[in-house]
Amino acid sequence: MNMKKAAVLLILMLTAATFAWAGPPQEKDSQLERGHKVYDKWCFPCHGTGVGKPGTDALKARGQNPAVLEERTDLTAALINTVVRHGVGFMPVFRKTEISDAELDAIDAYLMRNNKK
Amino acid sequence: MKVPPGLSAKDFSDVVKQWTEIVGKEWIFTSDEDVEMYRDYYSPLWHEDNDPVPSAAVAPDGVEQIQAVLKVANEYKVPLWTISTGKNLGYGGSAPLLSGSAVLDLKRMNRVLEVNDKNHYALVEPGVSYFDLYRYIRQHNLKVWLDPPDPGWGSPVGNSLDRGGGYTPMRDHFDNHCGMEVVLANGEVIRTGMGALPGSKTWQQYKYGFGPYIDGMFSQSNFGVVTKMGFWLLPEPEAYLSGTVTVPKHDDIYKMVEVFAYLVDSSIVQATTLITSPLWYVRNDPELTGIREHGTTQDLDAYAARKGAAYWSVSLPFYGPAKVVAAQWEFAKEKFSAAIPGAKFLDGASYRFPLSDEQVAKMADTVPFGIPSLSIFSMIGKNIGHLGFSPIIPMTGEAVLESQRVFTQVYRDLGSPEGEAASFPVFSFFARAFVNIYLFPIEHDVEKNRKTREIYRRLIKESAARGWGEYRTHTTFMKDIAETYSFNNHSLLRFHEMIKDAVDPNGILSPGKSGIWPKRMRTAKA
Repeated sequence: MNMKKAAVLLILMLTAATFAWAGPPQEKDSQLERGHKVYDKWCFPCHGTGVGKPGTDALKARGQNPAVLEERTDLTAALINTVVRHGVGFMPVFRKTEISDAELDAIDAYLMRNNKK
Repeated sequence: MKVPPGLSAKDFSDVVKQWTEIVGKEWIFTSDEDVEMYRDYYSPLWHEDNDPVPSAAVAPDGVEQIQAVLKVANEYKVPLWTISTGKNLGYGGSAPLLSGSAVLDLKRMNRVLEVNDKNHYALVEPGVSYFDLYRYIRQHNLKVWLDPPDPGWGSPVGNSLDRGGGYTPMRDHFDNHCGMEVVLANGEVIRTGMGALPGSKTWQQYKYGFGPYIDGMFSQSNFGVVTKMGFWLLPEPEAYLSGTVTVPKHDDIYKMVEVFAYLVDSSIVQATTLITSPLWYVRNDPELTGIREHGTTQDLDAYAARKGAAYWSVSLPFYGPAKVVAAQWEFAKEKFSAAIPGAKFLDGASYRFPLSDEQVAKMADTVPFGIPSLSIFSMIGKNIGHLGFSPIIPMTGEAVLESQRVFTQVYRDLGSPEGEAASFPVFSFFARAFVNIYLFPIEHDVEKNRKTREIYRRLIKESAARGWGEYRTHTTFMKDIAETYSFNNHSLLRFHEMIKDAVDPNGILSPGKSGIWPKRMRTAKA
């Protein structure tokens, strides 16, 4: 690979990583909307607010504050993806036929929407 | 890339290539990272060499793709382990029993085909979860309840085929199914019951059709791939009422269970509950420990009286018209009062349906009201996973006492690292018998899991010696349990093998499920 191509690729990768959804506002909104929907379907039953949410209960028991994922501002895509694809504690793995890679990206965007830029 | 047993790497590569053409490259998984996701996260064999790992996973969307996948599997004799949503955790999750099997993942087949709230049924595909079906019912404002098992992420099709249970009057999930569509190993599609009649108007309303009733053959089995399944739903009831009965003495269990069985068998109590003893939960009182080891039942009675505790307790759930559930509770009180001096009654929760969103949000457990949830993990979730030991025992006081004694003794004998079991809770998930359900914790810890397996296997043996058998189990113990159903030199298992060899001659479907191996693997093992 020549140096120029490598440099361009590197810049593209960094750009993608740092400004993952810094595209046009509509795209960003639709990605967040999609992420919200996927989150509601797959994550809320365990990590939502209210009683009987074991993911929230478990995080609270570990001293995590806030314990509700949607309220966090410190989550990273790497952490979310690792937990979803490898499981943690009693949370099992979610396969790609359940949550596709694209849907996982949308969850990441949604859960990181309030992170400090 | 891991290769299925009996195949060359070249052959398996051909298989994967052909499957990719059928389902598209997005829906075939062969990398170590992807295949790892199909292992059983709650496996009692975690970190051990014999923890099953699949060779690949293939996820068809529709009957035609399944037929094409099976054709290739037949040609190359690839073992294929079928899963629906893959969330049968505690029973093997999405992992095969035979390491190296490919997983036939039906999660993409996730369509709710019909829900009818006039004749109260649903027709769904295997990838539909209880949450999905519930959402559909809500979105369409239909006045029917489904019956979820404790975790709602599972599949009505998969859970019913594994003969799981719930809590409402529709608690016996296999019993409440009506009609199936099945792809046989040779690719032929059959519909059972009324579904065999072209243009049938009653596939989900009458179970039997004409001729032999074969639906049972596809439960806990490896004889076909179920692609559609009908379920009877409960019309939304008007009301729910629960009441708790307590009785003071140890030996009151005999009459208590006798009355309970009368109420259940008369369809007065129609839903799941459990028989329990408040004393089971007293763990740190040396006096009680001493009485348990050396005392008499009279000593136990005296202890309970001193502590102001009842000896036994059962909560009775009633579903139906408000006037009827009130009358049922009154009738139950009369029966218990007449049979057991000192029986006491406490009115419990009372609801009118539909519940408001505010009511639901405050409920710790919505499952008994037909609303899927994961709240069970708030109760049992301190460990990574769980493994259920669950023998069916008679609905008698004698069996309750004997099972507690026998199972607790196994725990003591084997020196469980978790300490003595407090109790083996006695549930009424099914109509005419009790099931003990004891959940072992599963950790990603080899030594703890080895100990759990040792205790589990002893429990199976002690159970079988007394005429009690498991209703369902994890893949790790399927062989052990199948072997206990051994009447007439294992004639039932041999019949299962005859069917297996006839309907799946290449032995491709879920080898080893429920102890049923295809001929080529039985021969290899001999």
